[in-house]
Amino acid sequence: MTDYAADTGFFAEEMTINVGPQHPSTHGVLRFVVKTDGEMINEAIPDVGYLHRSIEKIGEKVTYHGYVPYTDRADYLAAMFANQAFCMAAEKLGNTEVSRRGEFCRVIACELNRLASHLISVGTFGQDIGAMTPFVHALRERETINNLMEEICGARLTYNYIRIGGVGYDIVPSTMTKIAEFLDHFEPIVEEFNRLLSGNKIFIERLANVAVVSKEDALSYNLVGPNLRGSGIKWDIRRDIPYSVYPELDFEIPVGTAEVGTLGDSFDRFWVRIREMQESVKILRQAMKMIPKGPAISKVPKKFRPPAGEYYARVEAPRGDMGFYVVSDGSEYPYRVRIRTGSYTAMSIIDKLAKGIMVADLIALIGSLDVDAPEIDR
Amino acid sequence: MKPLINSLPETVFTTKVDDLLNWGRASSQWYMLFGLACCAIELMQTGGPRADLDRFGAVPRATPRQSDLMIVAGTLTYKMAKRTKLLYDQMPDPKYVISMGSCSNCGGLFQLAYSVCKGVDKIVPVDVYVPGCPPRPEALTEGLLRIQDKMMRERWLVKAPEAEGAEV
Amino acid sequence: MEAKETYASLEKLFPGKVRDFKGDVFDPYLNVEKEAIVEICRFLRTAQSFRYEVLSDLTALDWPKEEKIQIVYHLFSYAHNHQIVLKVDLPRDNPKIATVEGQWKVANWFEREVYDLFGVIFEGHTDLRRIMLPEDWVGFPLRKDYVEQEEYDGISTQRAPLVEKLLR
Repeated sequence: MTDYAADTGFFAEEMTINVGPQHPSTHGVLRFVVKTDGEMINEAIPDVGYLHRSIEKIGEKVTYHGYVPYTDRADYLAAMFANQAFCMAAEKLGNTEVSRRGEFCRVIACELNRLASHLISVGTFGQDIGAMTPFVHALRERETINNLMEEICGARLTYNYIRIGGVGYDIVPSTMTKIAEFLDHFEPIVEEFNRLLSGNKIFIERLANVAVVSKEDALSYNLVGPNLRGSGIKWDIRRDIPYSVYPELDFEIPVGTAEVGTLGDSFDRFWVRIREMQESVKILRQAMKMIPKGPAISKVPKKFRPPAGEYYARVEAPRGDMGFYVVSDGSEYPYRVRIRTGSYTAMSIIDKLAKGIMVADLIALIGSLDVDAPEIDR
Repeated sequence: MKPLINSLPETVFTTKVDDLLNWGRASSQWYMLFGLACCAIELMQTGGPRADLDRFGAVPRATPRQSDLMIVAGTLTYKMAKRTKLLYDQMPDPKYVISMGSCSNCGGLFQLAYSVCKGVDKIVPVDVYVPGCPPRPEALTEGLLRIQDKMMRERWLVKAPEAEGAEV
Repeated sequence: MEAKETYASLEKLFPGKVRDFKGDVFDPYLNVEKEAIVEICRFLRTAQSFRYEVLSDLTALDWPKEEKIQIVYHLFSYAHNHQIVLKVDLPRDNPKIATVEGQWKVANWFEREVYDLFGVIFEGHTDLRRIMLPEDWVGFPLRKDYVEQEEYDGISTQRAPLVEKLLR
């Protein structure tokens, strides 16, 4: 609590401001009830649920194959990862094998989607801070990725590409050539982005030492993904609980290193995302070289009926470790589908971090944690 | 073709007052950013570099008080429905609503959900429905052009023609 | 450490409070009595050989045929890279259990969601109120016997069904 009146001699009383569900930031429909005295925040209470689409309940009403489009909408910016997590859980329960070419196609599609998601994340983060230009640059790059996705699977945003047993459509060699050309074009763009935004003195001053998350807090509040790695803990599902063909690929895990301030501040989390984009480019090049010939999907029965059991599948999505807990009772409809996402747990720490910072820093904090509404409300 | 500058004699352009007013209104529709879900990302991409909405004069505004078009992009839940009505009431007349995507047209693929309002036309009156999940930027641009056509047909000074049957 | 050894240590230290270990499934789990859940969680979080410093997930399963609601805890350890699943059975007509918010602060939000969707009361919770649904919603939707209301706040919940085959 700040004692503004005693510090400065001005009389101040507490105001309750509503950062309402409709606001110009692009993280979706979130609401914060902010109690401030002037500029310093005393309390920021998040109010979620404006996009609660009951995806978990729908899982009990449709079949396994028919549920895959709904997983797209659980996080529309990282739709491939949600598809993959659900299909991994269903394949494990049903003891289905995935074709090897299908695994490599999954890796290619997922890493392209990681690039698209991180582009939106850093672009809108810049826009929230006030830098309008990098946002438009990020959208331009994302248009090229949307074109590539449309060639692969036919849709620009909600793909429904990764199916049980493999992928929906094969990636043809002409698309692989276009992906390679895009990667050659993209690497200098990250450098240009750094010159515009990351090395910018105003940007650094805005973010250094703001909303520091210590290691104990990061573990107790179950932060995952770049939020966890920005605080210095080196944990990545692709390296530590490996799945798919990631053990055969060679890439680094970027960790926050207190670049411009304390370890775990907002700039560290942002810088981890920029470096993850560069690592994704490396993974894509390796996967396209190593992809074998073969069928893109293995034979899976139309009436998919796994035996009774349960499994918790994890993938490393752009916003952290996404877990799908699928319980089956032997029929062709799941008994329970539970989605645990990284943004939900990141929201729980905002109330603690927001005490004593200014209203403008609250916007920087929300942007640096990279929350988005569909992951929170599902 | 010769350039137009300094080439005409002393001249007077004639048009109808209604057409001039409507042309001005249709070429500068300021839309309110009401992106709720996945369609919001496609709305952003439509305002982005390739399928540019700014060339039609449509710029995004954050506040309803300065906008005359509301693009409802995304799923509407019951918790959000009251706020949608409040925002619609805050917009000044004449105002238009585009319902973008399946979820705001009719509930979309969330017809089985318990917390989703099956269509935004249960809350506010809708002028143009844009189908798709999510609609392509070209589809949303077509929706904007249909609103322009609707605006050009309106009459302010002259008596409005008798409406026979439904409008297109 | 293997899940079997975890179960053996827990059986020795908390006799009578743990039972029904299932080891040959994909995620080994064990059943815990509801009075001992807070002590067992504190032990698993702080003991050096276990170090479950992260609560990955806290959710519930509804088994109406066996008249019980099961709370499922997924614990994970970054230090030793192992996981364990704890399950607690609660009677379906009066589900109450102590909160583990003192052990992992993230349990605050997980338990609010379980209260909102299943109706389980967590004793000792600092702020138990609905999180996803509006404050005046009636009923707990994720239970198996939930029936959707006819209308909410004046908006009817039905729309003429477009896809009849999907409704189950």
